[in-house]
Amino acid sequence: MSHRYFPHTDADIDVMLKKCGVTSIDDLYADVPEQLLFRRDYNLPDEMSEKEVRDFFNNLGKKNDDLVCFAGNGFYDHYAPAVIGSLIARSEFLTAYTPYQPEISQGTLQYIFEYQSMMCRLTGMEVSNASMYDGTTATAEAMMMAVAHARKRNHVLISSTVNQAVIDVVKTYAGYHGVEISLIDEVDGVTSRDSMNQLLAKGDVAGVIVATRNRYGIIEDFAGFADDCKAAKALLIMNCVALDLATIKTPGEWGADVAVGDAQSLGIPLSFGGPYLGFFCAKKALMRKIPGRIVGATKDKDGRRVFVLTLQAREQHIRREKATSNICSNQGLMSLYVTIYMSLMGAKGMSDVNRQGCDGAHYLAEKLVATGKCKLTFPNRPFLNEFCITTSVPAQKIVDRALEEGILAGVQIAEDRLLIAVTEMQTVKEMDRLVEIVKSL
Amino acid sequence: MNRDFYSKLIFELSQPGRKGYKIPENHLPEVKLPENLKRTSKLELPEVDEPSVVRHYNNMSTNNFGVDSGFYPLGSCTMKYNPKINEEVAAHPAFTSLHPATPDKAVQGALELYYTLQCALSEVGGMAEFTLNPYAGAHGELTGLLVIKAYHNSRGDVKRTKVIVPDSAHGTNPASAAVAGYEIIEVKSRPDGTVDVEDLKPLLDDTVAAVMMTNPNTLGIFEKNIPEIASLVHAAGALLYYDGANLNPMLGMARPGDMGFDVMHINLHKTFSTPHGGGGPGAGPVGVRAGLEQFLPNPRVVKNSDGSFSVISDKKSLGSISAHLGNFAVEARALAYILSLGNQGLKEAGKLATLNANYVKESLKDVYCLPIEGVCKHEFVFDGLADKSTCVTTLNVAKRLLDHGYHAPTIYFPLLFHESLMIEPTETESLQTLDEFIDVMRDIAREAKETPDVVKNAPLNTPISHPDDTEAALHPIVNYTELTEL
Repeated sequence: MSHRYFPHTDADIDVMLKKCGVTSIDDLYADVPEQLLFRRDYNLPDEMSEKEVRDFFNNLGKKNDDLVCFAGNGFYDHYAPAVIGSLIARSEFLTAYTPYQPEISQGTLQYIFEYQSMMCRLTGMEVSNASMYDGTTATAEAMMMAVAHARKRNHVLISSTVNQAVIDVVKTYAGYHGVEISLIDEVDGVTSRDSMNQLLAKGDVAGVIVATRNRYGIIEDFAGFADDCKAAKALLIMNCVALDLATIKTPGEWGADVAVGDAQSLGIPLSFGGPYLGFFCAKKALMRKIPGRIVGATKDKDGRRVFVLTLQAREQHIRREKATSNICSNQGLMSLYVTIYMSLMGAKGMSDVNRQGCDGAHYLAEKLVATGKCKLTFPNRPFLNEFCITTSVPAQKIVDRALEEGILAGVQIAEDRLLIAVTEMQTVKEMDRLVEIVKSL
Repeated sequence: MNRDFYSKLIFELSQPGRKGYKIPENHLPEVKLPENLKRTSKLELPEVDEPSVVRHYNNMSTNNFGVDSGFYPLGSCTMKYNPKINEEVAAHPAFTSLHPATPDKAVQGALELYYTLQCALSEVGGMAEFTLNPYAGAHGELTGLLVIKAYHNSRGDVKRTKVIVPDSAHGTNPASAAVAGYEIIEVKSRPDGTVDVEDLKPLLDDTVAAVMMTNPNTLGIFEKNIPEIASLVHAAGALLYYDGANLNPMLGMARPGDMGFDVMHINLHKTFSTPHGGGGPGAGPVGVRAGLEQFLPNPRVVKNSDGSFSVISDKKSLGSISAHLGNFAVEARALAYILSLGNQGLKEAGKLATLNANYVKESLKDVYCLPIEGVCKHEFVFDGLADKSTCVTTLNVAKRLLDHGYHAPTIYFPLLFHESLMIEPTETESLQTLDEFIDVMRDIAREAKETPDVVKNAPLNTPISHPDDTEAALHPIVNYTELTEL
């Protein structure tokens, strides 16, 4: 045995085999039926040195384009302070398992408590779980919780203006879980309250899902929605882009029961889709219904303030076949990531980031419209740092041309529609370059 | 690990006016949102400078125990060494900067990475194709069950409403089946811990969609009747699902696909050494045998005839279960691990994991109760101390291990025994480490007889003493606002 990850010498193996009363390791597999034994080599390369591994990934990396990113659609290119990468690489955080032994896991438990505290304040809610996989699955979990909470009502409404990826995942979970999903109509780019009320009038609705920043980047006005849902005994669930909530009206302020979404916007690298971070916050009345882990404060035998996983009777590994969620992990390290981000940025920093993105997006939108090649799809609707344009040339043409210039122009959401996001990461010069490209088509 | 408990919360370091950031300014005219859409309540986050943040989290980390801190024999969790090169690869800017909505032609390297890992896992699993989209093991289970449901639905076979799960299964199996909308039927274990084929037979009919199994099972025992079980399950028209939580000892020795499994998931954070991160992010790729590929979740990555890669969606797919292609940076780590081990290293990993487990088992079975004799694979279960007269419990033993600088084994699982103590050493532990652990376990057994109170009052030497869980659940304090209101 010779691999650098394996400490065994031949002499060690002999000692161990003797203890086990066998002569070869293969004897420890004597219970595996002969016809199942894998007798050949894997069709995989031979062991690589560290340099070769590094070269392999460098070569793959060269096959990706280095682009200025104006794409959003739920995931945003934000600046992340160097501190975060350094701290989350601490191996005591990185290589620990779920904190089952609180006596030697206070590091993990403490930061989850901080995370929960910050997320409650950000969303205006009273309780947060320890995090979930991503915003799409967190929203699907909220849908399932609403149905479990309502007991006999099995119908959940989702606004047509919610991000398509979220709708898709919610529909997948609902379809197999036996939950009926209806889409609330969209009028001029926002959720139709009339359409929602027509659907609520049937009396079988367990929950309503809307998005504070919708699929067009529009910040929606939900005045009256909470009252409508309350009257129909349906939970109001708001899907949000976490960073927005430092600036825009929070789910708590709108009167929502549940706030869910993706916290990637809190500096998490785009990393081609993950790992990101789903958040799940709710009113205190729902505390014993929410999925996932929760950390609570208590005291140890010596009276110190300490933290533990709590309310575990809710969790799937205890409930087994009675479970209404199967989640048994959280997104641990990513919750540490955003906790450090929020610590460094504070409320002021987060609203500064939003202001920069908002100013940039409005500047870019105005310049793009001035080219005459496109118009704002919903010119009367307010947006923060992301907007939708309707293009007179095919949107695909803009995307392709910009790619040649090293720019990801946005996310194409229809043949003639492009969703464009601006953050603190793109310079005015880069925005002007995009404008020139559009003008040239 | 630091023995002085660092107990502060970041909120307690806050001073008005401090900040820990500087972002580039674009100096554009300020645009204001309509008043009715603005946040009105003050966002009370900490105000802290950069050095204070660094010291705070650094100190906090010293209250934690990871694989890099010491031996972590947590059964069924495969706490093996997490190589550092994998972290470097995962942090490569050519991947971390990629937006998921980037057109295929600009992300060929990323798609090739995904496809290469997909193929490697298919080879190791003996499957036709893997999706890497599921975010965790439990998410993989759910995805695998939805593949099975989509398969039956595609045949108009909609009366299959049940999933059979062994009584020794991980708690996630029945929970995933419940979330997938299935009724759960439990099949009993025989005294030797394997599935009772005679108990299974009458349960198999045309209302069963799938049977979920772990092999080796949660007792670390190989289900040697698996060929017979597979043919019984298939004869009933159901599919056989492999929970890959215990795949590690089978590396190089046997493949789930060859055992007759139709669908499986792999926990990359177990068998393929990606770090557990205090609970995540993990990844739970799902593999299927030939003929089931079209049911895998959207989107999928395919290789074109010209050697390029594309992201596609299939109408027959079960739908989508993630925003994009899963936890990509975790996938990168797993591929780095596979390349570092190579064919030969992978074949050795499973064997050494099994050798380590059997060595620990044989070295302790005279003082700890071994309910099932014989060879195990990567892990095994003791039913507490052999001498039951001391009244020292498995929990006491686990806590006493913390005093000696070890993480505890998995305790009170599986549910088959009252005092389950489940030990999984993994292949990256040396004989010296195992011998030291064995000595400590023997010392604890001796203490249990001679000075039982010492064991019962453990831990005595950890950053904190035993927390009051009952109070925590009775009067939950789940955020800092509630803490300050006390």
